[in-house]
Amino acid sequence: MKKSDKSGLSRRTLLKGSAAFAGFVGTQAVTGFPAVHADEPITLRYLSTATNQSPAIAAKAKEVTGINIEYVTVTTDDVTKRIVTQPDSFDLVDTEYFSLRNLIPSGNLMGIDAKKVKLVDKLATAMTKGEVDGKKIGNQGTAPNKVFYLEKQRGKEFAKEPTDWITLIPTTYNADTLGIRPDLIGRPITSWSELLNPEFKGKASILNIPSIGIMDAAMVNEAMGKVQYGDKGNMTKEEIDKTIATLIEAKKAGQFRAFWTDFNESVNLMASGETVIQSMWSPAVTAVRLKGIPCTFQPLKEGYRAWASGFGLPRTLKGKQLDAAYEFINWFLSGWAGAYLNRQGYYSAVLETAKENMEPYEWAFWMEGKPAEKDILGPDGGLLEKAGSVRDGGSYVERMGAVACWNSIMDENAYMVQKWNEFIAA
Amino acid sequence: MLDARSRWTPYWQAAPLALVFLVFFVLPLAITFMVSFWTYTGYSIEPAFVGDNYASAFDKCLSSLPDLCTTFRTYLSTLKFCLLVWLITLVLGFTIAYYLVFEIKSPTTRIVLALLTTIPFWTSNVIRMISWIPLLGRNGLVNQALMGAGITHEPIDWLLYSSFSVTLSLVHINTVFMIVPILNSMSRIDKSLIEAAYDNGASAWQTIWNVIVPLSKTGIAIGSIFVVTVVMGDFISIGLMGGQQIASAGKVIETQITALQFPIAAANAIVLLAVVLMIIWTLLRLVDIRKEL
Repeated sequence: MKKSDKSGLSRRTLLKGSAAFAGFVGTQAVTGFPAVHADEPITLRYLSTATNQSPAIAAKAKEVTGINIEYVTVTTDDVTKRIVTQPDSFDLVDTEYFSLRNLIPSGNLMGIDAKKVKLVDKLATAMTKGEVDGKKIGNQGTAPNKVFYLEKQRGKEFAKEPTDWITLIPTTYNADTLGIRPDLIGRPITSWSELLNPEFKGKASILNIPSIGIMDAAMVNEAMGKVQYGDKGNMTKEEIDKTIATLIEAKKAGQFRAFWTDFNESVNLMASGETVIQSMWSPAVTAVRLKGIPCTFQPLKEGYRAWASGFGLPRTLKGKQLDAAYEFINWFLSGWAGAYLNRQGYYSAVLETAKENMEPYEWAFWMEGKPAEKDILGPDGGLLEKAGSVRDGGSYVERMGAVACWNSIMDENAYMVQKWNEFIAA
Repeated sequence: MLDARSRWTPYWQAAPLALVFLVFFVLPLAITFMVSFWTYTGYSIEPAFVGDNYASAFDKCLSSLPDLCTTFRTYLSTLKFCLLVWLITLVLGFTIAYYLVFEIKSPTTRIVLALLTTIPFWTSNVIRMISWIPLLGRNGLVNQALMGAGITHEPIDWLLYSSFSVTLSLVHINTVFMIVPILNSMSRIDKSLIEAAYDNGASAWQTIWNVIVPLSKTGIAIGSIFVVTVVMGDFISIGLMGGQQIASAGKVIETQITALQFPIAAANAIVLLAVVLMIIWTLLRLVDIRKEL
């Protein structure tokens, strides 16, 4: 017994030593030398929701970089929980910017060294500066540019000016709006206020994820002229009270058919005709359309509620694993993955490299808002849109340029959740 | 030596189960109780000893009277379902058990039919519920049939995402919990007692009320405990079938957990536990299960 214990211990010490050595070699690699791959391939445990994962990207990454991507799939809330409680259980995380206000103070993520990210200067300005095409966009809520940089690598506070330490490297982002059934509504919808229009009594829905649902409710309230917000993404208690009051009033009047909490529920509600207007996510609209049912991701005059997610590194990551994570991030930004995501209707972090990896007609359809010259195929080769159709919301500049606010966690989050439960109980 | 061993034997025999209970029941419960007094922020929970979580669970509950606060309203809604589902499953369970025990003469048929009642257990809860949705929806089979038969002209909305659909699915899931224990008690009733009742001129209802019901009390109590605990803690059925619009004590806890507010969720869990324990205690006052077994 004793003997095997001892040998086990020495074996581990040896491993530690070699890992440190490999780490040293790896560090050299990032500065320009070709990446050194050890005999056994490196595996990165990639934590995120199912939406942010695709086997095709993992397969391509393996082919190009030799890095194994092992997806760890959990729900949005569990991503946060895992980061806060088990930072050792993953090597790379894809999480949303709005969670950062909870994640950074926990100290479990470390800043990403901007110097090691090759395309750091090409990252979309919508993320880094809150600008699209040189124009400022809506900054309410947890806009990524507010939480993009850290004061120092292991800092627990966000930097006001750009630094070398980035919280998350953007993976995907988008601008959300209401989904509608044009065939059942039969007239143009132009404002968020339509969600509570009594015309759609018993046929409306809102999502039952308090921190996002309240933002949609705020867009509606503001459109109806009922509440003026200082910042929809960071309401005062009084603003929360007023927002919830409108929702309760509508609920009591029978406005809502149901609330939804996951992607599939929202697809089913809309596809079955239970609802005709509701909060929705872009891929869910596509999913309804793929069933042959008309569904529009309706641009509205008050603008969009945007969200963004990105790669973060756990504080415990080091050595070879850390180098592999940087290598994977650099590969991810280099275009193939970006093009893949753009073709799903998301927006990628570095547009130029994504463009190089897309056919000109695809780029024109997805990013320039032009009618499709040819049939538009999804990443899996399935038909998404027929030739001649135009993307909902138009071009990237029109869509991201019309962002009104960003998904957020408020200072008064606890109070908001309490009030939200009141709404559900009403 | 022999004495000492026999004195300790029952303890040793009980030890494995006691250990399982300790590790998987008592310990988590103790931790939940402890955490319910802690403080929290969006990203951390801090050991402390404060009553804030309980205070906010019952925020404004006294001052807003006679209007009900969120917590009272939530519990009222949960208790309403609990009572309704309990009543329906009791009537159904008792009737089915009665039929199986007293009307079916062949033991083989009885066993086959009893097994049939457990069919709902063959698939998961969630799938059983989701299968109701295409049936009850606005454009669902029931509405199509009703409109096709000319009974209604417009789809009936309250079939789905309503108290009706919640009650329906809860009854669907829980009836078997009533059937099995009642069946068990009933099949132990000495048939000669029933014959004696008839011989003394009792009607069928009198026999059921004065002989069979009292002798099935244990089964009824056990079944009731199952149903009450399941319904009080439910948030999946109420969420799915109620279109997430109906509050339940379990749903409140779930929302708080997803918002990482563990201490207040723990406080609510303790409150829920206390309510359920009170109901069970009342039930046990009516029936002494230990004596009846």
